[in-house]
Order: sequence, then structure tokens, then C-alpha cells
Amino acid sequence: MDFINHQLFIKDINVHIDPILPKKTAIITHGHADHARFGHDHVIATRQTIDIMKIRYGDKCAKRFTPLRYGQKYSIKNFDFTLYPAGHILGSAQVLIEKNNHRLVITGDYKVGKDETCKNFKLVKCDTLITEATFGLPIFQHPDPKDEIQKLIQSVKINKHNCHIVGAYALGKAQRVMNLLRQQKYNETIYIHGSLEKLCEYYSKEKINIGKFEKVSSKDKNFYEGKIIIAPPSALKDRWSRRFPNPIICLASGWMTVKQRAKQQGIELPLVISDHSDWNELLDTIKKSKAKNILITHGQEDALVYYCKKQNLVSKPLSIQGRGDEEIE
Amino acid sequence: MKKFSSLLHNLILTPSRNTKIKLLQDYFKILDINRAYALAILSNQLSFQFIKASKLRELVYEQVDQHLFDYSYDYVGDLAETISLIWPTKKEGKSQNLSTLIENIKKIKKSEINTEFSKILSELSNNERWTLIKICTGGLRIGVSERLVKTALADLYNKSVNEIEEIWHGLEFPYENLFQWLKNETSKPKIDFKKLFHPMMLANPIDEEKDFKRLNANEFQAEYKWDGIRVQLMVSLKSVSLYSRTGDNISSAFPEIIETTKGDAVIDGELLVGRNFRPSGFNDLQQRLNRKKASKDLQKKFPVFIRAYDILFYKGKDLRKLSLVERRKYLEKFQQENKTNQIDLSSIINFSSWDKLTTYKNNFHDDLNEGVMIKLKNSEYLPGRKKGYWYKWKKNPKLVDAILMYAQRGHGKRSSYYSDFTFGVWKESELVPIGKAYSGYTDKELLVLDKFIRNNTINKFGPVREVKKEIILEVAFDDVFPSTRHKSGVAMRFPRIHRIRWDKPVNEVLTISEFKKEFKLS
Repeated sequence: MDFINHQLFIKDINVHIDPILPKKTAIITHGHADHARFGHDHVIATRQTIDIMKIRYGDKCAKRFTPLRYGQKYSIKNFDFTLYPAGHILGSAQVLIEKNNHRLVITGDYKVGKDETCKNFKLVKCDTLITEATFGLPIFQHPDPKDEIQKLIQSVKINKHNCHIVGAYALGKAQRVMNLLRQQKYNETIYIHGSLEKLCEYYSKEKINIGKFEKVSSKDKNFYEGKIIIAPPSALKDRWSRRFPNPIICLASGWMTVKQRAKQQGIELPLVISDHSDWNELLDTIKKSKAKNILITHGQEDALVYYCKKQNLVSKPLSIQGRGDEEIE
Repeated sequence: MKKFSSLLHNLILTPSRNTKIKLLQDYFKILDINRAYALAILSNQLSFQFIKASKLRELVYEQVDQHLFDYSYDYVGDLAETISLIWPTKKEGKSQNLSTLIENIKKIKKSEINTEFSKILSELSNNERWTLIKICTGGLRIGVSERLVKTALADLYNKSVNEIEEIWHGLEFPYENLFQWLKNETSKPKIDFKKLFHPMMLANPIDEEKDFKRLNANEFQAEYKWDGIRVQLMVSLKSVSLYSRTGDNISSAFPEIIETTKGDAVIDGELLVGRNFRPSGFNDLQQRLNRKKASKDLQKKFPVFIRAYDILFYKGKDLRKLSLVERRKYLEKFQQENKTNQIDLSSIINFSSWDKLTTYKNNFHDDLNEGVMIKLKNSEYLPGRKKGYWYKWKKNPKLVDAILMYAQRGHGKRSSYYSDFTFGVWKESELVPIGKAYSGYTDKELLVLDKFIRNNTINKFGPVREVKKEIILEVAFDDVFPSTRHKSGVAMRFPRIHRIRWDKPVNEVLTISEFKKEFKLS
């Protein structure tokens, strides 16, 4: 595992995983902006991740693209790369790197729980595991997302004269919330912030059931009474949200576990819906991977490092530049 | 319990005052005994003798790894929330009434607390657990003041909130007389006002620019503002008791006052430590605070007295509607009649113009007062912080520039932000910490500091981050004392961040010996 450094860079063959700056060859785990950037020479990723990058940054966001299917091996010199589903968002992947019989897995962002909007997480056994730790504290034990989405549906039923604005990250979380609503038989049109439109269309095209949606327009104010509107979290505090009748501000995020967090952000209806693994899932993945060497990237790494050491696993944190320790998912 | 805990959950999350009132009213509409429990909890009148924060920590350490708990607590910044989230989920038991649950907990024997209370915690839902722990630790911090609770009740039954306020301290759980009166079933509860703690009259800070232009100096008098603790002394022929500003009975901690005071009155004043009515500083007073009892030795070493400045009742007569000047006459009369070594009077500063008062304030070099109080001569004694009657005018704080050294996440509304700052000055080529501050900065400055800390951490000690020594904080503080407990040899009183000094290079910060010299500590 000395072949990869703390920036997830393989010097021997000049390959980076999720680099922040433009590089020659970049393997991209998924389309979120802190992982997928503009301007690489060569991008290797799943077809969906490449599609999403093109939607967000334009067709020419890289000079060359190599789409890989899950499970398909790709070799550069004596390194073999294989992508496996990470269950985080549509197209998200873990990267298995094999060299001289050493198996190293970079999980990227992942969640173990079920999700109809993407291929579900597949456990890959390995010698070295580089795992994320966004929710790497034992206080994070995500509830069943169905119960959370029911809270939203019930609140819509009770508060007939309010509209509900749900903050959800534009890629992945927004569509997951829509899909969860559909699973719970909410069949009304869902209204979306303009910045979600292209990605929602893409999810629909990929046959993900997000149901009927429509971009918010300058309709009569009262039109939105009783409706659900989905917007990126940044829009919640913006003037944009003031145009709606008595909005109830909701946010779908794993951070909403902590009431103090919700309060700080002015969230009235927190929905604990996460696209990352919770504490128990992180521990379970570490255990089942059989890896003896655990490296922990962005998140609450301290507690997880402590836990691994207690289990006699070699563990240390990796601090990757450009990833804050607490980001919106 | 389900209902009450979702009330608290909703209260903490709604920013709107009106919504909060509505939520409270919806709850108070239920007519059973649970609402009395709710009222007691919301007004901080319910607590369990054996279950406090330290006991809860002990219990949680039995359930989860101590380090993992500490990491989590550092992140969440709220004990109740951390415990409720981290507590291993068991099968939820049958939901209990708030009243049943509380009575059951009260019945637990001290020797069985650990097993019995843990069992209760395990059977509650997350949110109920949070609520119960909040009740145990006291101080809900859910953005609902006692006043708001009373307002919600008053509005619900078309009464005025001041009427409730007046009788509040004479009411007792389960408040049957209150609820009956609210529903117009009986007349207003009769309260023995002489035995009752009376909410204190509080002062607003003066705005020198605006207020001095607006207010007529002749209508005001001034007194020194002493740096002690505010007390209400209730003296009757039968008993003497002493209350803190929040209405807690603190008699047992100050036996010399209780034993020597005579007469029949309710007195408002400042409790100070000192001999012959010479106060000796807050540091000495601190030796007497937060104690249930005071040994003879302690009484001898740090004797206390009360500097009286107002009187609310005299021989059963309610003086609160009289003017300050009239009340003062009664106060002087009381003091003449009942002279002791434990009570003296706050002296009055007369002045003819605001300029005169300013000169007076600036030239008065006694370190023991912290400014002046400015009071309207014909003001009634009004509970709460009403505008236009009493003002406080603090001395200008002392200032020092110091270098940010360490940071830690804050609690409550600042939880998860790096908002607790340790700062220091030079000692040869190294820095030595001189204090720690949690407040004073603007929201914007907090964001800047938080970001700086995250990006410039050079070391982590558990929850504490050491940062690059680049940021200079201008720290304001009320006073500084020599201290043997701190490495630097100094202890500050009420330090807060005044501003960030972007303009100053770190090598221009004082050394510890220069600091001591400047503030006359050596």
C-alpha cells in the first residue's frame, strides 16, 4: 500500500483518485463537486458519473473519458482497477486497486442501506481499506428513511396552508427524497428549484422513479400552499425562499440527527436522511472487509481511528486537502 | 411523555414566538395533571435530588466507551443530546405518562439509581430520553423563557401576564389554585407577600450618546455599582432569609447575615466580602459562592456584608409603588433602627449634569466598583428590566492584545463551532496562556475564526486544537488578579473578545512581565 500517498495519488503510473486540481489521469468515484472536478486530461469513472460530470461542467470538462461498468477490470501497467457500487448516489463507485496480490479499496462516499436511486453498496474484501468517516461518531445511528419521509408527509397533511421547502443536495439527495416520497405513495407533483432540473431529468431518463416534478415558477403565491418544494440547502436562507406562503423549512441530511445543528441552521422540520454510512455501518464494513490496515479520510476520523486501534487494526487518518471536515452531504 | 417531549422538540426548532406560544397553549389545553408537571419543568422548578449531570455521565460510561462518548460530546456540545443519541437502543417500553414517569423516578432509592434509572433510559425513545435528561440537568435551553410560558397561559385564559407574575413566587406545585383562577372558577390566589421572593428590578446599560441627550440629569441620582452578588434580604420578626437574584434561597451559605439581622422589612442590595464595610474584591467573594454552608473559619477569613440600596416592604407596608426617594427614607429608617455590622447603605452621588457624572466616573480610581448605577428619582420598584428607570454604566473595560493559541468547540447555540478561545502573551520566545474567552465576537468574526482554526490546526489534544500563532485578539476584561493556579500567574475576570487585530504583527504583543507591570500585578 506504499504505492498510494495520502493525497490518493499513485506516483508510479501518475494516477489520482478524486483529485481537487486538474490532473493527467483521474479516477472519479462519484459526481459530487468535492470529488468530481473540471479540467482533467483523462477521466475514468462509471458511465453515470461521466454523464453527471458532463451535465454539471459541460461535455468538454475533460479531454478524454473512459466509462467502466461495475466489476469491469481496467489495467494500467501492473495496476488493476475495478469499480464497485458504493450505494451513495447514482453512478457512485468504490475503487478496488490490485497490485502484486495486495488489494486496496477506496470506498469513496458510501452507504450500506437500501436506496432505489442507485445500485446498492457491495462489500469488497481487501487488505487495505480507505474509508470515509463523515458520520464517524457513535451518536450517528440513522433511522429508517421511510419513517423520516412520513414525518414530512404528515406535516404536509396537518399544515394545509403552509408550503414545505425541503433542503436537499441537488445531486443525489434531492432525487432520493423524491423517490422516498413516491415509495410512500405521495403522488402529487413535486416542485423543484431551477438548479435541480437537469439532474432530475437525468434521473428520470435513467428510469429512477422520482415521479412528476415541475420547476418552481412565479405563480400566484397561494398556489404553493400545501405543496412540497425541493431546493438546495443554500437556497433555504436565500431571498428565493421568501416568495412562498408560510414556508416550513425542512432539511434532509444525516446532520439533522443533532437538534442543536438543526436549530443553528433554522430548520423547523429536520429529516434524518443520509447518503453516508452511519457509525454501525462504518464499523460493520471495516470488520467485514477483513482489512488489517484502515485509513480514514474526511469526516469525524478521530473516533473511528480510536475504535480501529482498539480492535488491533492499523489505522490512521488521511487528511485530504479541499475536503472540509463537515460538509453538506 | 411522548406528547411533552415532542412539545420540547418543536419548541426548540421553531424560531417564531407566536408559534411557540401556540404550541404551549395546545399543550396546556389538556386538563389533566400532566400540565402541572409540564409547567414545573418549563419554569425550572422540578429536579431530581440524585440525578445530576455527573451521575448521568457515570451512567453513560457504564454503557459506552468513555473516549467515544467524549469525542461525541465534544462534537454535539450538549450533554442531554449526546447521551440520548449515544445510549444503546433497547426495545422501547410502553409509553408512560409524564406524571407517572416522574413520580416513579422520585421513588427510586439512592442505592438503586444506577440500575433503575438506566433501565428507564433504555426503554424510552430517543426524543423522550433527551427530554428526561434535560429535566434532570435543569435549564432546558430550548428558547423558551419563563415569561413566555406565563404569557402563553395568560393569553389562553384572557388574563394579564403581570397578574400571573405577581403571584408566581407564591404558587406551588401542582398549581391547582392557579389553574382554577385562570378558568375563573375561583378568585385570584391569596399570597402572603411578606414571605415571598419579589422579582428584582433590573437595569439596562446606558447608551452614552443617545440617553444623555434624551434624559434630564436632574431627574436622576447615581450610586456606585459594586461587584458583588445581588441579593434580597427578607427580615421578619420570626425569620430572616436571603435570596439570590433568581429567587434561590441562599440563607444557609451566609449564616452571619441571618443571625445578626433584625427588624421587619424586605431589602434589596449587594452582597460583598470585606471588613468594616470595605469590600475586598470579587476574588475573595468567590470563596463564599456556590457553597451550601460556610464554616466558622471561612466566615472569619472572608466575612460578608450587604450594601443595601432599596427597600420593598417596611413593617408589612408595601413600598413598591412609592418613588425611589421616598423608599430611600424608609431604608435609612430601617438601618437606623437595626444597626448591625452586616448592613450598610449604598451612598448616593449627586450630580447636576451628565458631564459632571462622567468626570466623577472617570476620576474614581477605586478598583472595587465596576461603574455607576443611574436611577430615576421618582421610579417605582418595578420587576424586570423595564426601560427608562434604572441604568448601569460600566467602567471602560481593560484591554490587552493577545495571540490565539488554542480553540475548542462551544456549547449550546455555538455548538460545533470553534468558539472557545485560549490566548496568550510572550514569555521569552514562547507563548504562555493568560485566559480563555467564549464571547464578545460578532457572528461574522466567529465564522472567520472557526475557519481559520480548521485550516490552521497544528496539533490536536483530544477536543482541543492548537493553531498557528497568527491571529491577534484584542481581549477586553473587567479585572485581573494574581493567581497561583495558572502557569502565567494571572487570572482574568470576565475576558471576552473585543475584536480581531488584523493590523498588528504577533511580535508586538506584550510579554508576561510587561503585562503584569501594565496591570499593576508586580
